[in-house]
Amino acid sequence: MIPTIIPDNAIGGIADAIINWLLVNAGGFFDAISYAAGVAVFSVKDFWLIIPPIVVILITAAIGWYRTKKISVAMFAMVGLYIVYNMGLWEPLMETVTLITLSVTISVAIGVPVGIIASRSNLAWNIIKPILDLMQTMHPFVYLIPVVFLFGLGMVPGLLTTIVFATPPSIRLTNLGIRQVEDQYVEAGEAFGSTTMQLLRRVEIPLAMPSILQGINQSIMLSLSMVIIASMIAAGGLGDEIMIAIQRLNIGRGIEAGLAVVVLAIVLDRISTAGQSNIT
Amino acid sequence: MIKTENLYKVYGDQPEDAMAQIEQGMNPKEIRDETGSVPAVIDVNIEAKKDESFVIMGLSGSGKSTLVRCINRLVEPTKGNVYLEDSSGETVNVTTLSSDALREVRRERISMVFQEFALFPHMSVLENVVYALRIKGEQNCEKKGREMLDEVGLSGWGEVSPSELSGGMKQRVGVARAFVTNSDVVLMDEPFSALDPLIRREMQEWFLDELKHKFEFERTIFFITHDLQEALRVGDRIAIMKEGQMVQIGSPQDILQNPADEYVQAFVQDIKELAEEGDLF
Repeated sequence: MIPTIIPDNAIGGIADAIINWLLVNAGGFFDAISYAAGVAVFSVKDFWLIIPPIVVILITAAIGWYRTKKISVAMFAMVGLYIVYNMGLWEPLMETVTLITLSVTISVAIGVPVGIIASRSNLAWNIIKPILDLMQTMHPFVYLIPVVFLFGLGMVPGLLTTIVFATPPSIRLTNLGIRQVEDQYVEAGEAFGSTTMQLLRRVEIPLAMPSILQGINQSIMLSLSMVIIASMIAAGGLGDEIMIAIQRLNIGRGIEAGLAVVVLAIVLDRISTAGQSNIT
Repeated sequence: MIKTENLYKVYGDQPEDAMAQIEQGMNPKEIRDETGSVPAVIDVNIEAKKDESFVIMGLSGSGKSTLVRCINRLVEPTKGNVYLEDSSGETVNVTTLSSDALREVRRERISMVFQEFALFPHMSVLENVVYALRIKGEQNCEKKGREMLDEVGLSGWGEVSPSELSGGMKQRVGVARAFVTNSDVVLMDEPFSALDPLIRREMQEWFLDELKHKFEFERTIFFITHDLQEALRVGDRIAIMKEGQMVQIGSPQDILQNPADEYVQAFVQDIKELAEEGDLF
């Protein structure tokens, strides 16, 4: 028998205590975040729902054509989104799009600057890397629980968990992209007297752009997968449709919502990876 | 004018140990085996005058690239001084400059040409040429850039991407980028080594016939090469480097007629054989 040094429940107990302490002492702080995120979520959702579906469909198709120069992408967007509309899933689709719009915006706004900092110093990267590992390997189901305590149920906690899940690839690929810039370009930039900021802005970031864009694409795809999972805490959107279908064992409803997710995923992926190599 | 004084560069975590051993007279190979530090530049004293093209010749690993990078401190010297005298006769010690002052020196007074060109692939040819002017905040640098492109024989190529140019053309852009700033010193790190032999020959001739005449006055050019033939063609004076140390410094004539040791002699022998076959000049 292996002796148990740490008492049962000690680690879980610490986590419980932390969440309880936060609830008692920092409740106002989380309420404020919750309120601000709520305002953002509902205004973006209203924005997406106020535009007539036909306009959204046509604009998406136009962007698809503009970005990829492929008529097939535009056609797919048009037909796919129309079918989603026809299945009566427009409002859940727009809720999901709302969560993705916000989570990707915030993930990239956090991820790219943090990635840049990580690329500047090995110390920073050694601190950030284990945090990212934890964020990415801890199963999302697990951090849904404390989020419910701190933020309740609904689209707002759904958004926050999605941000946690979608930020790491932006950080990682920004860091990787900048570190992979060839020495000769950095050397040339320095030899002509660039400041650190000039080197970053004029040489390193532009040369790291393919990698950074790939990180943004990854953030989009992970957001999409997480907003579906977040339906477990009533995040709304297509995930809720799937959840209802599971609970009622309703095959048809589940397939319809699932297809809507596929259409959205393909459209977002094609638009966000346009101009990059197809190999990855 | 550029002058180095007892310049040393030792790569590794503990350069002090290696420095002590150098002073005891151990040779670089022993030091590397014993301390793990690599002495790349050992006690180099050279002086290159205004309007001189000063060639540093050595095989790969002889420390010539490190030496040239110590001059603009892309590589930080371990010990010693680098003095830079500008056209007004004022002298600064580059090795003791603050990072701001060093940046000023790099912008105004020392520029560089790279072996693999190092043209920024995301910028047009013209943007590459005016890079150094742009980061200084100089307005209307495009006109200067275009004039510079005319000078290097690339009129009308300003808008294309560097990837569309041939090797020789790329290095002309590299040269234009280094010369456009009117710096006192231009460091050319094996500028023609990546080119195929015919183009290399053509570029050497261009360097001698046009570039030197147009630009060398008032400037010091440091030219690094591993090819003695090239060194003899382009150099006013040649410094031969071996394992971090200077073996011989002198005019092409000196080198050919009085090689300082067997190492130099071996190079010279090659060249003489070529000359007898009528293949040299």
